[in-house]
Amino acid sequence: MYTASDLRKGLKIQIDGEPYIVTEFDFSKPGKGQALYRTKMRNMITGVQFTQTYRSNDKFDRPNLEERKMQFLYTQENEYHFMDTSSYEQIFLTKEQLGDNLNFLIDNMEVAVLFFGERAIDITLPTFVNLEVTVADPWAKGDTSGSDTKPVTVQTGFQLQVPPFVEQGDKIQIDTRTGAYITRVKE
Amino acid sequence: MLSPKGLRQRSDLMQALRSFFLERDYIEVDTPLRLPILIPESHLIPFTSEGCFLHTSPEICMKRLLAGGCERIFQICHCFRQEECGRLHQTEFTMLEWYHKGWDYFDLMRQCEELIGWVARRASGFAGLVEGDLLRWQDARVRLTPPWERLTVAEAFQRYADVSVMDALRADRFDEILVTEIEPNLGQTRPVFLHDYPVELGSLARRNRNNPEVAERFELYVAGVELANGFSELADPLEQRQRFQRAIEQMQREGKTAEMPEKLLAELERMGEAAGIALGLDRLCMLLMGCDDLAGTAPLIFAEF
Repeated sequence: MYTASDLRKGLKIQIDGEPYIVTEFDFSKPGKGQALYRTKMRNMITGVQFTQTYRSNDKFDRPNLEERKMQFLYTQENEYHFMDTSSYEQIFLTKEQLGDNLNFLIDNMEVAVLFFGERAIDITLPTFVNLEVTVADPWAKGDTSGSDTKPVTVQTGFQLQVPPFVEQGDKIQIDTRTGAYITRVKE
Repeated sequence: MLSPKGLRQRSDLMQALRSFFLERDYIEVDTPLRLPILIPESHLIPFTSEGCFLHTSPEICMKRLLAGGCERIFQICHCFRQEECGRLHQTEFTMLEWYHKGWDYFDLMRQCEELIGWVARRASGFAGLVEGDLLRWQDARVRLTPPWERLTVAEAFQRYADVSVMDALRADRFDEILVTEIEPNLGQTRPVFLHDYPVELGSLARRNRNNPEVAERFELYVAGVELANGFSELADPLEQRQRFQRAIEQMQREGKTAEMPEKLLAELERMGEAAGIALGLDRLCMLLMGCDDLAGTAPLIFAEF
C-alpha cells in the first residue's frame, strides 16, 4: 500500500484495478489547513489523463507491474509481436499501444516490455538506437546557405534534422527519448 | 547548496528584518526548539525527539513571554513539520514570528506593508525585484506600494469559487477550493490580505466583535504565495481551552496523542490584548531572490545529505 505522502512524480499506483503513473505532482497546505497532494495522472493502459487532489489518509494499492526483456520479431497487420528470448514466450502489442515507439522500432531490437499482471501494456526502447538513413539530399560542399541542419528520413519512416554531412545509406544514432540526432555511426 | 552570493543576500535580508524590529523597540527572543508539549493542532505532524517534540512554531513560547510582561517581541527560528515537502514546503524551515501588545490584526496588516517595503528598499540587486517596488515572480508582477488589497474569505469565495464558504466547509472542501481555485488569483498585481476566516479555522484567533462567526485572522498573499499568517490573539482562557479540547478530540480520533497546554492557559489571562504573526522567511527570500522553490533559498537542505 502507498499513502498520499508517498506520491511523487513517476510513482505508479493502482486505482479501480488499473495502473496509473503520476505525471505531475505538487504538495500544498494552506496555513492551519490540511495537507493536499495535487496530482496529474495517466492511465498506463488507456493513456487517459486526469487531475486529482488527495489527502493524507488516502491510500493506494501497488500495481503488479513487471518488466521483461524481449525481442521484436515481426508485424502482422496491427499487431507487433515480441518474444522472450529465454522462455520463447510470444506476446503482441497493438500499434496504438506502441504509439511513438514505432518511430525507432526495428526487427530484432531488444526492448523492455512492461506487464500489468499477465498483460503486456507498454515497451521501453533502448535509450540510443542506430538507424539507417533512407532519404537524404546530397551534401553540397561549399554550401553557403548557412543552414546548420537538413531533414532526413530513416528506415522506420521517422524524419529528423541532422548535420548537412549525413548522407543516404549512413547509419546514425538517435536518442529515443527526444528523437534527436546524436552522431553518425561508422560500421 | 546556496551560492556565496545567495548566502550574502539571505544574510542581508535577515539583517534588514532584524533592524526593522529593533528600531521599533522589539526584543529579539530565542526560545527552545525542543519542547515537552505543543499547541494541539490536528493538521501539523511534529517530529519527536527523545520523548519530546521539535516545535512546529514558536507560538506557545512567545505567548508565555507576552504573558510574562513583554510588550513587543520577535524571533527568527527554525521550525519542523513532518511530511511537509514540496515547492513551497520543507520539513525544516525558517520562520519570522512577532507579537505586539495592544494591537489587533488590522494594525499588523499595516505593519506588514511597512515591513516588506523596508526590506525591499534594502534588497536592491535581488533578482526578484525589477524596480524598487515591483516584484516579479513567475507570471506575477506585483507592485509593493501600499495600500494593499484587503479581501474577506467570504468575498474571495464569492469572487473566485462556485460555492460559498459555508457550503465548502460543510462539504469539507474549504482547503481544497482555497488552494486550487482561490490562491492562484491572490496577489498577482499587488499583495492581498485575505481575512476573517471561519472561526473554526482560527483556533488561536479572537472572534470578530461585529461578526462572531469569523475569527480575526488573515493570511498575506504575494504572487499567489501565502507569505504570512497573523491574528488578533484569543486571550480568553476559557474559550481557548474549549477550542484546544476540540482539537485534542479530533487528534485522538485520528489516533494521535495531544495534551492540554495547561501552563499556557494559566498564563493567558495576563497576556491581555495582542496581535501576532508568523512569516515564512524562506518564502520571502524565494520571492525577492527570484527562486522557483524553497529549496533554492536555504543554505543547505536535508535532501543534500
